[in-house]
Amino acid sequence: MLGQLRGHFMDYLKLTILGLITLIAAIATNWAHDLAYQVHAFLIMIIAFGMFIWVLRRTDETKVPQQDGIFFDGVIRAGVIATAFWGTAGFLVGTFIAFQLAFPALNFDWGQPFTNFGRLRPLHTSAVIFAFGGNALIATSFYVVQRTSAVRLWGGNLSWFVFWGYQLFIVLAATGYLLGATQSKEYAEPEWYIDIWLTIVWLSYLAVFLGTIFKRKERHIYVANWFYLAFIITVAMLHVVNNLSIPVSIWGSKSVQVFSGVQDAMTQWWYGHNAVGFFLTAGFLGMMYYFVPKQANRPVYSYKLSIIHFWALIFLYIWAGPHHLHYTALPDWASTLGMVFSIVLWMPSWGGMINGLMTLQGAWDKLRTDPILRMFVLSLGFYGMSTFEGPMMSIRAVNALSHYTDWTIGHVHSGALGWNGMITFACLYFLTPRLWGREKMHSMSAISWHFWLATIGIVLYAASMWVTGIMEGLMWREVDDQGFLVNSFADTVSAKFPMYVVRGLGGVLFLSGALVMVWNMWMTIRGAKPADKPLPNAIPAE
Amino acid sequence: MAFLDKHAILEKSPTLLLVASLGVVTIGGIVEIAPLFWLENTIEDVEGMRPYSPLELAGRDIYVREGCYACHSQMIRPMRDEVERYGHYSLAAESQYDHPFQWGSKRTGPDVARVGGRYSDAWHVDHLMNPQSVVPESIMPKYAFLADTVIDGKHIEDLLATHQLVGVPYTDEQISSAYADFRVQADPDEDWDGLVERYPGAVVSNFDGQSALTEMDALIAYLQMLGTLVDFSTFTPDASR
Repeated sequence: MLGQLRGHFMDYLKLTILGLITLIAAIATNWAHDLAYQVHAFLIMIIAFGMFIWVLRRTDETKVPQQDGIFFDGVIRAGVIATAFWGTAGFLVGTFIAFQLAFPALNFDWGQPFTNFGRLRPLHTSAVIFAFGGNALIATSFYVVQRTSAVRLWGGNLSWFVFWGYQLFIVLAATGYLLGATQSKEYAEPEWYIDIWLTIVWLSYLAVFLGTIFKRKERHIYVANWFYLAFIITVAMLHVVNNLSIPVSIWGSKSVQVFSGVQDAMTQWWYGHNAVGFFLTAGFLGMMYYFVPKQANRPVYSYKLSIIHFWALIFLYIWAGPHHLHYTALPDWASTLGMVFSIVLWMPSWGGMINGLMTLQGAWDKLRTDPILRMFVLSLGFYGMSTFEGPMMSIRAVNALSHYTDWTIGHVHSGALGWNGMITFACLYFLTPRLWGREKMHSMSAISWHFWLATIGIVLYAASMWVTGIMEGLMWREVDDQGFLVNSFADTVSAKFPMYVVRGLGGVLFLSGALVMVWNMWMTIRGAKPADKPLPNAIPAE
Repeated sequence: MAFLDKHAILEKSPTLLLVASLGVVTIGGIVEIAPLFWLENTIEDVEGMRPYSPLELAGRDIYVREGCYACHSQMIRPMRDEVERYGHYSLAAESQYDHPFQWGSKRTGPDVARVGGRYSDAWHVDHLMNPQSVVPESIMPKYAFLADTVIDGKHIEDLLATHQLVGVPYTDEQISSAYADFRVQADPDEDWDGLVERYPGAVVSNFDGQSALTEMDALIAYLQMLGTLVDFSTFTPDASR
């Protein structure tokens, strides 16, 4: 009886809140100062009103109690689909803008300004980092934390709020860029109200994750969860500090950053490099520590190494930001610190790679037969390569040549496509049959096709960017024996054309691989009934 | 290594693990960012820097909105070829009123930190309308729509006031005359003495050559002032910086 009353009260509370949001969003639509804000307010009004109707139709109905004896996997199934969807969308935009740089006519006259490179570029970066990577991280962390804690996710439907709230963040951010709402800080472009929304969603994510760890039935917190936890809290800290800004009006999207000039630059790259360090590294190492041992059916190689490299990695990464600002107006002491810590960072990075690769000890033969394991190993290989290339590029003398060139773009993509992309694909291949109650993926040979398409795509991408990057760096600085510059800037642009085409083709191959994966996932999922797995009988660790 | 066994304490307590990780990840940022706010030699002491005029500031917002920073840096490094190609290396003082900074990270196109005054307004109009018409090798998109987009400056006072709030030294007079200054900078036939008094060195011109005040006017007003403010005869490099 009391529970029923409480349920009814919650319904009325929800109705009040949703009704208020609808009303405020309607006012905001009417008073909006700019197009992006107006479209967003309208979108929120529609969503809140739809939810209002939905809740209203269910008010005073008898609630079906949640099943407690099974893992909370529905949200993970949704996350797996969202990861594949946003990944494909992000790769498609990336491939398109790669061709825009080769053929500027692809900045269509009829599409101005919405399809211009400057607006599509943040759409691409946010789609692959936050939509593809972020969904992969949320979905895998929910999977891993339940399995390694032997309990159901904490917080009931809060994890659904995290999922849908995060998708809303992606849609608002993406449409915002196209409509011209951006604060121009790379990988932190969304405007103030989207930042506030993401903060709410992110803290809910932290609550679900941490809540599940608190009620775990294993005494020890598994190593994958250390990485996931460090990733979640550090991203929260970075996001809040780097996005400190004052809106010009609460009825408009424009805001003014609190910091300026050199301090803002330092804060941005403290954030920017740790979007790499924590979003794309620590979180993905969490994935690695669960899924690689699972797929190889071997324990993690070294427990001690995992402790040392975990603490070293999270401590050192935070310092690396200033290597993005060598020879700029940032004082030398700061960029020197950034360089030194970046070089030291090589060691804990390789600690993670070694711990992952050596986990295959005694199981290397599986590489011949298991294309999923092959993907995991390749991703670790690319991780090792880019965490060597990165420290090298952070050295001042190297950076003097590489900075501002395509070399940086190539470096980022060998990390993002090779490490983050490959490990995510492998996790999707691991999760899809398990979450939908299938024995294995529909087609193993399609996974092999994906593997080769993606690998060749990455090689074309990275190689062409090394060529253009080093070439343009050298052309910019070339002086003749009279001391005059040899090349105009325009010369360097036209010299890069062939390699830009090669890069675009690399993107086509990588995208094709992803499409093969989507087909394979579709065929695996189709027709199968979701299988909710029962919780195992908890076995104490000691 | 016995001390590694102690790690079990952290592995059994989510609270301790959370607090320890958060502690470890805050240190680097505090050491690298905080001193920049109080070390006096972070921003050089030079003459000539002033806040953006209202029209320049509106142009800067268009620069930000269109993602120009994705391909154009505004940070000249102190290397021979860069100083030769772009001019004096950039000072921290030159971006001190930039909320947010626009240093950029990639040169798909050339640096624009000192593009002000290098080309005529008409060149900029041609270039923005169709970049390939003036630079055949260029891969820059067209920005012809800027010339068709009329701007009214309705919220320009709020914009300046917000910048004042975060520390840009706009005077109350500059804010109260923001709307008038905004309109007059692109109209040389009006009385613009007050504007130039409030913003020394501001270029007054009908930037886009049309009678209407458009986004093209604002963006070119911004581009034409970039890197023109500092009087380098007052600059002495600080060796210890």
